[in-house]
Amino acid sequence: MRIVFKTDYMQDIRPWKDGQQLTLYLLLLAAAIAAPWLLDVFFLGELTNVLIWAIAGLGLMVLTGHTGQASLGHAAFLAAGCYANIILMESGMPFMLAFPLAGILTGFAGAIIAIPALRLHGIYLAIFTLALSILVDDIIVLSDAWTGGVGGKFAPPVNVFGFEIERWGTPGAFYWLVLGVAVIVTLGYVNLLRAPLGRAFIAVRDSEVSAQAMGVNVARTKTISFGLSCAVTGWAGALMGLYAGAFNNETFSVVISIQLLMMIVIGGLGSIHGAYFGAIVIGFLPQFLSIAKEYVGAVFGGSSVAIPGLEFGIFGMILIAFILLEPMGIYGRWLKVRTWFELFPFYRKDMFKRQKSYLKTERLR
Amino acid sequence: MSLLELETVTLKFGGLTAVDRLSFCVEEGEVFAIVGPNGAGKSTVFNLISRFYDPHEGAIRFDGHDLLRARPDAVASWGVARTFQNIELFDHATVLQNLLVGRHRHRRSNLLSEIFFTPSVRKAEIQNRHFVEEIIDFLDLQAYRDKMIAGLPYGVRKVVEVGRALATDPKLLLLDEPASGLSVEETTDMRWWIDDIRRQMGITVLMVEHDMGLVSGVSDRVLAMADGAKLALGTPAEVQSDPAVIEAYLGRAA
Ligand SMILES: Nc1ncnc2c1ncn2[C@@H]1O[C@H](COP(=O)(O)OP(=O)(O)O)[C@@H](O)[C@H]1O
Ligand SMILES: [Mg+2]
Repeated sequence: MRIVFKTDYMQDIRPWKDGQQLTLYLLLLAAAIAAPWLLDVFFLGELTNVLIWAIAGLGLMVLTGHTGQASLGHAAFLAAGCYANIILMESGMPFMLAFPLAGILTGFAGAIIAIPALRLHGIYLAIFTLALSILVDDIIVLSDAWTGGVGGKFAPPVNVFGFEIERWGTPGAFYWLVLGVAVIVTLGYVNLLRAPLGRAFIAVRDSEVSAQAMGVNVARTKTISFGLSCAVTGWAGALMGLYAGAFNNETFSVVISIQLLMMIVIGGLGSIHGAYFGAIVIGFLPQFLSIAKEYVGAVFGGSSVAIPGLEFGIFGMILIAFILLEPMGIYGRWLKVRTWFELFPFYRKDMFKRQKSYLKTERLR
Repeated sequence: MSLLELETVTLKFGGLTAVDRLSFCVEEGEVFAIVGPNGAGKSTVFNLISRFYDPHEGAIRFDGHDLLRARPDAVASWGVARTFQNIELFDHATVLQNLLVGRHRHRRSNLLSEIFFTPSVRKAEIQNRHFVEEIIDFLDLQAYRDKMIAGLPYGVRKVVEVGRALATDPKLLLLDEPASGLSVEETTDMRWWIDDIRRQMGITVLMVEHDMGLVSGVSDRVLAMADGAKLALGTPAEVQSDPAVIEAYLGRAA
């Protein structure tokens, strides 16, 4: 049993609960920094991929998990960030300028798109953003003078503080670049959540009328959320392009949009952890499946059969299982396990059960 | 000059006149209650003051200024806070977070300073926490501080909503049926809290309430409404014995 005694408001304002939790995060960070020495090139590449997805997930989490605006179109912003970064670099701008600018431009694009989207709720917003994703796919194909069309583009090596970084040539350095971005985005996110704006996001998500009655400008808050979300997603897109080495419209198809949304739902909506947990699932699922396939092939004989769309199908099934059994995602499950250990031996089964609350329709006017 | 003045305010929903040429004034420092049968337009009056709707006719003045100039999210910064009849809390946030949202109108930081959590943001956060902590003590919410709203009993959520409104540090507090759904003990607590809000905190209270015990216990003046219009206005005793009021209630029941 572990109890945290609080004697100071700073204990609630600090992002970590106590020394023990801080130590844990610092150890995790140290392990992450040491990864290039601990892992072989293949797994380091996979880990890099997971981190890039996590950054994209953090981007979508701001909008969907914390502000409650579902987006099925975030691949559009991955694409925007990716192409903006490469086009800026091709025009002679150094990476260290092009990269931040690519995200900021994507953020502004997102904020502008938010203006018509502000009037839309729930399913209509999802359809609007889905259409956006399809539209951007087409725009990439049509404006081939800039984007290379279906032929796509190749990512050049990038220069960070005088070091040439390339995904295959210097996988360790590329990993650190991605890790650096992930850490910076996460820290900014943590800060926002403990500040008024982060609370305003949550307020808009849970009740627009009362957010308004508390003095929150709902339209402006949503616009800022869109902008931040798209900026972070743009950075993830830029990294994705560099990671892939070559990319075209297919790299950022609408399937990626859906996958990204599924990822944060599985990870746990409304938590930073959720973006990381979801990215781990999405990143390592292909490996897991190929191992499972080999195993099945070995047991039942014969060569393993390739089933098209298997990965996506299994992903979908995991999603359904989560929505039915653990709507709070992996992070929700993690909270329960942690509480079990912290309260041991006093955990009760109904600890996380909701009190019956009045549904809106049951309430009296 | 009264703190809040409504002058021949009218609002129609399609063919239905929800508020019909209604005029009344709320004086600074009083507890003013609105009573009336369901559908009389009481909550709609609150929604008009919150600027959720534009009246078709009439004027609303707060502190001598034309409230109809304010955007809905600016009403809070004028010093008007409210609760909702159906409880509109932020369900997936803790009690503390809910109360801190009440401090939003005092926000002086911007996006960048919050991303970097600058010392001034930190200082403001500590001040906000201090303010909110006093409300937690006042309303006896210590045990629920870090609990999610979604898991809380109805009665506690009702109190949290009052706390969130108080966190805005208002001049005028609008309470929409603060005691509905509460047990007898909880209603008694609410009664003393409303008294203290007015006496100790010096906040003017405008409330809609059905519980006549609570209404006559705390309010200085009562407005009885039916079908969007004024039936009677006066002390609780005067209104309760008003023939038009008795007729409206019994007429409906029959
Ligand atoms: N948004 C709305 N759209 C249409 N009719 C409404 C709306 N809000 C309230 N009404 C109607 O206006 C009348 C007054 O409602 P309300 O102010 O909620 O009554 P109460 O006095 O019980 O609080 C009712 O007939 C109600 O059905
Ligand atoms: Mg009502």
